[in-house]
Amino acid sequence: MITVHNLTKKYGSQTVLNIENLEIPKGQSFGLVGNNGAGKTTLFSLLLDLIQPTTGHIINKEIQVNKSEDWKPFTSAFIDESFLIGYLTPEEYFYFIGDLRGRNKADVDSLLATFEDFFHDEILGQKKYLRDLSKGNQKKAGIVASFIGNPEVVVLDEPFANLDPTTQIRLKAIIKELAAKDDVTVLVSSHDLIHVTEVCERIVVLNKGEIVKDIQTSKETLKELETFFGG
Amino acid sequence: MFKHFIKLQWKSFFRSSSFGKSVALKIIMAFFGLYMLATLIMTGAGLYFILRKIFPDQSPMWTLSQYFVYWVLIELFLRYFMQKLPVMDIKPLLTTPIKKSAITHFILGKSALSFYNLLGIFFFVPFAVVLLIHDYPTLNVLLWLIGIFAAVLCINYVNFIINKSDKALIAIGTLLVGLYALDYFGIFEVKAFFGPIFHALYAYPIAVLAPITLALLTYYINFKFLRNKIFLDASLKSKTKEATASDLAWTKRFGDMGPFLQLDLKLIWRNKRTKAQVFISLLFVFYGLIFYTQDIYSTWYPMFAFLGIFMTGIFLSNFGQFIPAWDSTYYSMMMAQNIPLRKYLESKATLISVSVVAMFLLTIPYVYFGWEALAINFGSAIYNLGVNIPVILYFGSFNKKRIELDKSPLGNMQGTSATQFLIMLPVLVVPIIIFSIFNYLISLEVAVFVLSIMGIIGFAFKNYFLNRITEQYRKKKYGMIAGFKEKDN
Repeated sequence: MITVHNLTKKYGSQTVLNIENLEIPKGQSFGLVGNNGAGKTTLFSLLLDLIQPTTGHIINKEIQVNKSEDWKPFTSAFIDESFLIGYLTPEEYFYFIGDLRGRNKADVDSLLATFEDFFHDEILGQKKYLRDLSKGNQKKAGIVASFIGNPEVVVLDEPFANLDPTTQIRLKAIIKELAAKDDVTVLVSSHDLIHVTEVCERIVVLNKGEIVKDIQTSKETLKELETFFGG
Repeated sequence: MFKHFIKLQWKSFFRSSSFGKSVALKIIMAFFGLYMLATLIMTGAGLYFILRKIFPDQSPMWTLSQYFVYWVLIELFLRYFMQKLPVMDIKPLLTTPIKKSAITHFILGKSALSFYNLLGIFFFVPFAVVLLIHDYPTLNVLLWLIGIFAAVLCINYVNFIINKSDKALIAIGTLLVGLYALDYFGIFEVKAFFGPIFHALYAYPIAVLAPITLALLTYYINFKFLRNKIFLDASLKSKTKEATASDLAWTKRFGDMGPFLQLDLKLIWRNKRTKAQVFISLLFVFYGLIFYTQDIYSTWYPMFAFLGIFMTGIFLSNFGQFIPAWDSTYYSMMMAQNIPLRKYLESKATLISVSVVAMFLLTIPYVYFGWEALAINFGSAIYNLGVNIPVILYFGSFNKKRIELDKSPLGNMQGTSATQFLIMLPVLVVPIIIFSIFNYLISLEVAVFVLSIMGIIGFAFKNYFLNRITEQYRKKKYGMIAGFKEKDN
């Protein structure tokens, strides 16, 4: 589904990302872990064509992302709060995203209904603009918005950060369910090794912009990661 | 303790975002500030002579005293909108081992040095100097000046007390209008009543104690009030308004453009700065009154052309010059989403077009000053629609400065860069030059015709222009995303 070729990103003389080759097959749930500054968000931003690669390119379902915009209809993402429109209510925001992805109100409503547990009565019908919601609730809205319109590729940057324990557990279930579908490729980055080993079939460790580990998740994976980051 | 506070203040001033602005902008702002100060000083110094001329048989001090009550009320009224106690600044200090009373003193004391208080000083000091030159008794004048400073501080602190309620504002407004009406219709001599009271400040030096006592009292009330409210959940909490969801279903009629139009309308209506733009634009309809009513301009048509372009295009330039920076806080989402950039721009163009037409309709009454005014405004509106809209959208692609929508609109220069000044040239100057050339070489009718034709041609090529502009936005995309992410520029 996603192929990375000789991708590098440099700011001045500093290389922040250098990936020679990375293949993510369709339907895989892909986890990205690494310390701050390892290049996780840079990789996701490159995938979404928000920054320009210094060399190389990323291909998303046969489309080179920095050449054509045709990847947009089947790709969706939630990177940070800059993906939210502060002066809309959550409902208005969902409908707006729905409009962009060719879903009418009824479609969006029926999708939202399946997330009732996840929202925990804190998102819908609150008479609050997104900018007035807490960080955690903003994140919930942003994550759910990225599921609108049956995307084939879902990119979530640090989805577990800022969420309360109950919501973290529910989110894990949601991502697992999504990943179980054969046609949806989920890319998740996280600092939380336990969460990411739980929801991802494959985990790639980035360190200083380079891939240092590429693991198919098994029982030993968590140990392996803990030794890596601990040592 | 206060040494620390002063150090903090110093740093917050020199490290503030306005200091990090580009050199060109700094110079322009400095010039503007100097100009304002110079005007104040000149008016203050000239006031003596002006009053002498208008009321030759009265002492200027006496005349001035009569108007003091209005000054106090007007200043209170205006400050309600302009000046707020910066309580949020003290949040980080709460957990430090500083006494809360010291924090309160700091924030109240700091407000005494506010820009609005300086305005009064820059006005009254030159006036007092002129009085001294004219051999007014030194002691009286100096104590009067001190009394004025105390009065300014009173206004300053009273403003913080009333700032919490709209009712107080309405009361002041009613009082202001009411007093003026009483005076105007001769029911009650307001000026004659309050004149001696304020004049006493000058006539009896001991009276200076009154404003000083009042200033201390208002300070004390503020202190009492604030000291007990320095808690996160009391005065330091930023207010959140209840959201009113609206679906603006009629925008659906605009097809693909509908969602964006809906978003833009919400953008304008739900954010302070954009909302202020709308009101300011509407107010500028009256701008023409300043010029149309004066004989020197009545046949000087280039001035009419300026008015036409300016009045029908005020929203175009005010709102348009910051496209797409209005969407800067969520621009990366817009770029990653499944968004046809072209529709996005088309929606902005439609919105501005509506504003141009509306502003033209509002300026129709100026036909009272001659058919020329109407004809020129019409030509200008067409020109704005056809030419200036694509121009301003094109220049928008050079915008790289972030705008935080919920920041106060007053004196907010966020998002401003050299681009904004460059835009003015083609948008305002070019049409006036074109108009003037045809006006003087051939005739007024031809000049209006040329502006209209240019507008119509621009309109005919609208699709072509929009395609080119979309291309331009696409090319500049990465720079915009990076620029909009930088906070505090």
